Amino acid sequence: MSREQLRIGFIPLADAASLIVAADKGFLAAEDLDVALVREVSWSNIRDKLNVGAFDAAHLIAPIAIASSLGIGHVKVPIVAPFSLGLNGNAITVSPALHAAIADAVEGDMRDPLATAHALARVVASRKARGAEPLTFGMTFPFSTHNYQLRFWMAAGGVDPDEDVRLVVLPPPYMVESLANKHVDGFCVGAPWNSVAVDLGIGAILHFCCEIVARGAEKVRSLRTSGAQENPDLVQRLVRAHRRAADFIEDVANRDEVAALLAAPNRIGVAPEVLRRTFDGRLTVAPDGATRTSECYLLVGGDGAARPDPTQAAWLYAQMVRWGQAPLSAALLAAAKAVFRPDLYDAALAAASAGVPKAPADRIGAFAGPAFDPDDIAAHLAAWDTRR
Amino acid sequence: MEASLKIVIVDKNPVRAAILEEGLREAGHVQVVRIEDTGHLLARVYAIDPDVILIDLENPSRDVLEQMFQVSRAVRRPVAMFVDQSDKASIEAAVDAGVSAYIVGGLRKDRVQNILDLCVSRFNAFARLQDELDRTKSALEERKAIDRAKGILMAAKKLSEDAAYALLRKTAMNENKKIAEVAQSVITAAELFK
Repeated sequence: MSREQLRIGFIPLADAASLIVAADKGFLAAEDLDVALVREVSWSNIRDKLNVGAFDAAHLIAPIAIASSLGIGHVKVPIVAPFSLGLNGNAITVSPALHAAIADAVEGDMRDPLATAHALARVVASRKARGAEPLTFGMTFPFSTHNYQLRFWMAAGGVDPDEDVRLVVLPPPYMVESLANKHVDGFCVGAPWNSVAVDLGIGAILHFCCEIVARGAEKVRSLRTSGAQENPDLVQRLVRAHRRAADFIEDVANRDEVAALLAAPNRIGVAPEVLRRTFDGRLTVAPDGATRTSECYLLVGGDGAARPDPTQAAWLYAQMVRWGQAPLSAALLAAAKAVFRPDLYDAALAAASAGVPKAPADRIGAFAGPAFDPDDIAAHLAAWDTRR
Repeated sequence: MEASLKIVIVDKNPVRAAILEEGLREAGHVQVVRIEDTGHLLARVYAIDPDVILIDLENPSRDVLEQMFQVSRAVRRPVAMFVDQSDKASIEAAVDAGVSAYIVGGLRKDRVQNILDLCVSRFNAFARLQDELDRTKSALEERKAIDRAKGILMAAKKLSEDAAYALLRKTAMNENKKIAEVAQSVITAAELFK
């Protein structure tokens, strides 16, 4: 095994955990990988630097890996994802004013996303009737889980995300500020930014995104397909190091150490306590201190989360088609699925590989609509009135 | 003569933005607008309605601009990044220099290429300047530390200036350190003994 030097880009978010832990606990070095972690400020930078070879690998939102492979919105560069850095982890946070308006309008449980989506529709209608500005929601990127989760949720209640509200891209570190200065009324973003807003008393978490989609592929370890083909041994070493890191993070006994590592200023740079809450899935959801707990808030390796699942890639592609970002074709669907590579994961881990999770049955678990069939995107689209 | 292109520079570094603007004006581009504060960036860009947008890679608002790729009523003209799919060399040079370009509307490649080239060369020139400045600054600080250490040694050991310097240099050689590092240790030690 030869020593290799790698540059890997990441965005300071909690789901970069298994990458940061793999580097800082020496799991990458144990695979003879000399890794320089480079903290980046935008997803566009990560995508472009991966594209031109300035990065050998990257922490990337799954839909960007797919969009880049399909050549939509940008230069076509095929990407492979042999390791899933996390499932879920996002949340929808709204301003105290919007939270109160939804609570006033809701019929049913505030924790039921269908009830809140219908309530949002009533809030939107009443604003329209009195001539108020449309509500504005922040999300992180046009090709992002945040964009699709927000759209999926509000459209289920009859809100057209392009007609009835405004969706704007905001870099994650600007989300909180934008909510505070009322530039947006709510946002969908990953950890730790929802908690930061709640702790500052300027936002309330309305939903964990695992309440909208039970298993949503979030970030993936991405490599250029060309690079992965040239160096299959490197892919295996990366996967093994990440698997060790994910196991380390999943072990509750290590959580304080993990939180302390990630809290470093050149890593994620927020209070360790906020990170600890994220991994424990125990979040303060409102400025009054109310908490909500979920075992699937962010999965970094447990319950088969680390093994890339092409069904997840198909679901993300279906959202791109639903919202007019990509045309529907069998070839594009196949190319999207091919980004997620459980075969590479299995090859690296052999016997240690975790099985496929039993629930939910369709491996997506969306709160609305029929079960998802990864081979029939047309049926998924036909279930919705609101689409492009 | 073709109409001049409208160019927006989004850069939080006013010096670098000024250097780039100057270059563009020298090349005959008279319609250049600089945006330093990135609040409501998209709305401001739409209001200016530029042909080319240049943004530095340290700017998190790059992701905001990516929204212009999306099909939406808000965008009147299509936006592409760089010139075409085959343009890997341009992308590489730009990423290397730390800048990115968005081209609005279906402009011909030759009309945009010289802007991209100029942008890359000015960004690189700025990086060299910055580097030089940093080096000058640290050289100046090292010189100051050595002077202070010499003064301390001259007073404490009754040495001449030359002898004090020779002592610093000899110690640095013996310990395989830079003279400035040894000088800093002398200053620290002297403060402790105060």
